[in-house]
Amino acid sequence: MFGAGGGTSSYREIEETDLVILWGSNAREAHPIFFHHLLKGLRSGAKFYAVDPRRTTSAQWADVWMGLEVGSDIALANAVGREIIRAGLTNREFIARATSNFEAYAAAVEPCTLQWAEAETGVPADAIRELAHDYAKADRAQLCWTLGITEHHNATDNVFALINLALLTGHVGRWGSGLVPLRGQNNVQGGGDMGAIPNKLPGFQDVATNVEARARFERAWGVHLPPKAGWHLSLMFEAMERGELTTAYILGENPLRSEADTDRTRRLLGGLEHLVVQDIFLTDTAAMAEVVLPATASWSEAEGTVTSSERRVQRVRRALDPPAGARDDIEILVELARRLGADWGHPTAEQAWDELRSLSPMHAGMSYRRLEELGGLQWPCPDEQHPGSEFLHGRLWEEDPARRGAAAPFTPVMAEGPVDLISEDYPLRLTTGRRLDSFNTGVQSSQYSTPIRRPESLNLSPEDMAEMGLRDGERVRISSRRGSVEAPVLTDPSLRRGLAFMTLHFPEQVATNNLTLDAWDRLSGTAEFKATAIRVDRIRPEGLEIEQPIAIEVPG
Amino acid sequence: MSVTFVAAPKRLLTMTVDGQTIKVPEGTTLLQACQQRGIDTPTLCYLENLTPVNVCRVCVVEVEGSRTLVPACSRKAEDGMVVKSDSDRVRASRKGVLELLASSVDLSLASPEVHQWMERYGAEPDRFGPSSAPPPGNPRDRARPGEHVPADGLAAATVSQPAKLDNDTYIRDYSRCILCYKCVEACGVDAQNTFAIAVAGRGFEARISTEFDVPLPDSACVYCGNCIGVCPTGALMFKSEFDMRNAGTWDESKQTITTTICPYCGVGCNLELHVQDNSIVKVTSPLDHDITRGHLCVKGRFGYQFVQHRSDGSEAQQ
Repeated sequence: MFGAGGGTSSYREIEETDLVILWGSNAREAHPIFFHHLLKGLRSGAKFYAVDPRRTTSAQWADVWMGLEVGSDIALANAVGREIIRAGLTNREFIARATSNFEAYAAAVEPCTLQWAEAETGVPADAIRELAHDYAKADRAQLCWTLGITEHHNATDNVFALINLALLTGHVGRWGSGLVPLRGQNNVQGGGDMGAIPNKLPGFQDVATNVEARARFERAWGVHLPPKAGWHLSLMFEAMERGELTTAYILGENPLRSEADTDRTRRLLGGLEHLVVQDIFLTDTAAMAEVVLPATASWSEAEGTVTSSERRVQRVRRALDPPAGARDDIEILVELARRLGADWGHPTAEQAWDELRSLSPMHAGMSYRRLEELGGLQWPCPDEQHPGSEFLHGRLWEEDPARRGAAAPFTPVMAEGPVDLISEDYPLRLTTGRRLDSFNTGVQSSQYSTPIRRPESLNLSPEDMAEMGLRDGERVRISSRRGSVEAPVLTDPSLRRGLAFMTLHFPEQVATNNLTLDAWDRLSGTAEFKATAIRVDRIRPEGLEIEQPIAIEVPG
Repeated sequence: MSVTFVAAPKRLLTMTVDGQTIKVPEGTTLLQACQQRGIDTPTLCYLENLTPVNVCRVCVVEVEGSRTLVPACSRKAEDGMVVKSDSDRVRASRKGVLELLASSVDLSLASPEVHQWMERYGAEPDRFGPSSAPPPGNPRDRARPGEHVPADGLAAATVSQPAKLDNDTYIRDYSRCILCYKCVEACGVDAQNTFAIAVAGRGFEARISTEFDVPLPDSACVYCGNCIGVCPTGALMFKSEFDMRNAGTWDESKQTITTTICPYCGVGCNLELHVQDNSIVKVTSPLDHDITRGHLCVKGRFGYQFVQHRSDGSEAQQ
């Protein structure tokens, strides 16, 4: 946000805030320990809005559940913004001093009336008004989101729509007020911090525009760095399609299962001249590779750091000896470099980290010793006396314009529904998400068993189940414009008519990504996993009773 | 980026602990005041990441002017208070509590401190007679108020019963349960807010139970294992630990504990991996780290097995 890709707040702030909005996040199941902090906030009296098409186990804790249509987030956010402006509840002083482009935003949201938004989103106008007034009037408010916002073809616009609301009300840069994107994997934040973003060097330093930073890296590494952004995953797949990208080296990812539109992914990976996969398992992607490099598990067999959703860099440590043949990621990379003719020596994880600290100012103060002593540090932490930063953008509240720095711009964005349209042939909206005891494509989570684990199913609303005459456990054929799969159906009272839900956890049972669409966001490269148009067809002939319906329960 | 936290300044209170005058900030508990004086106070139901429930009564101290002994873990210090932590009355009370617990509950897996306290206070659990044999069929789970059968006085009543094994993640051995309520608190408002367990029954029949005593898989349990994390007596235990103890292979002297970060979502929970013979045998989280405060979810607590299910790298090298 405003230059650095990280959430603005600490988890502890949600315990002391007055209003919580979870937007497109089922933290109760996907980020359970963050939800503990949230619950402490609720116990202290915070009001809680859950904005989610599903009445999730998170939403069941909310004072108000806003069950919007999938992909109508911007319509809702813009209507909230318009209502805040119209009711005179903006933070005028903050807008004047710390932001820019307010007039353009106000003009852009002017048509987004409550009635229009009710029609677009399915959320009653009164509820939208209530959220707008509560958010604007709260002393402190935390606006949190997850993949419900970012797994859309217009993900970046969705995020801008939420940031605009924080700028309108001054709910950023203060203890208890902030913007909180929860990260889905233990080092997604760290990957970004370390420059695994096409246009950034480590520490969010732009490779094209930050000449001084680029020169620093060039001096340290003794190489010339091309001043242009690389490709993110979605662009790489497009380049494969064009035949421009012919070799891929994939580390710790299982794109064959995790990417939308599996058929296309398989075709493109299969068409590569050379595929190298580095992983702790022989994943489905690794099985396609010419070369597989067995790696150690970064969290338990190697030393290093990861960064959490509150920008806290913490140490991972080696607790286990890796299996024979598995090698540390650093060791593999260094050996690869050596065979390509570059001698990088044999750096330890700490030495690699210290090099990073010398090149990325926001990490400079984070020595291994301090990370150990303090239980991690939150960036930015520019020197070894700095205590780390509990929240970001406090500068926006400074009296002195010099210290306040660049204004935070409003970014007007227009509502735009999902790419995969609902039609007569594909009348249901399928959305995807996580279940409490499982994770992504199941590579990690399928290896342990719990009583709440249940087979993959297509969850449907009680209304749709009744209308189609389906029984729990009955197998159906699910088709989208890309492909089709079979799965058992399950009644799910958290869904409204027309909405269906599946996970990506059990690709060996149901290859959900055969259905999803790879329409993706131009800036972030994230695909629209959250919105697929599907059709459900019975397999069982009309009138035939199923003999043994499978009992599957929804965990509480 | 600078921020100043403003809170009302805390008054310093003057009080006496075991004859010594000390000053403590307002809000200090008597337990903390005793700790400040270096006095070891026994506790069973107290844990720093839970709200005190004052049920075990083993931390009681004498406060001048108070008719009853008071629980040190939750009673706040007051100006001019005179506290005795080692009077005859306190020692007799602690002895009684420990004797009654040890005569009726299997404390063999409780921490070494518990056994030191029993020695210190001269607890003699055997004086109630030999342990009575557990009745067949574990009627404790079905006990109803008013159905209590008085003991004959010749043998000590116990809560002895078979361990409950109903899932792959953890076991419940209530023959070790002292009813400290920590598991109920961790499952409830202090952490998880799932409310899968509560205390059922009254008097000696009181026990920790799921709703209507259903097996865990039929209960509201979500297998976060936060109850195991707070259990002081080994009544709640990883299935892996239970199996190894039964096989005679559990050996804490051979275990290492390494703190690392959970491999699942991006919250960054600290995990303490307890490793024996290059296998993770249980997972805990530090009570004093601000992210988890000792509490985890099912993935962090039990989802570690994938690293142990790789035979070796040769499979992947092919």
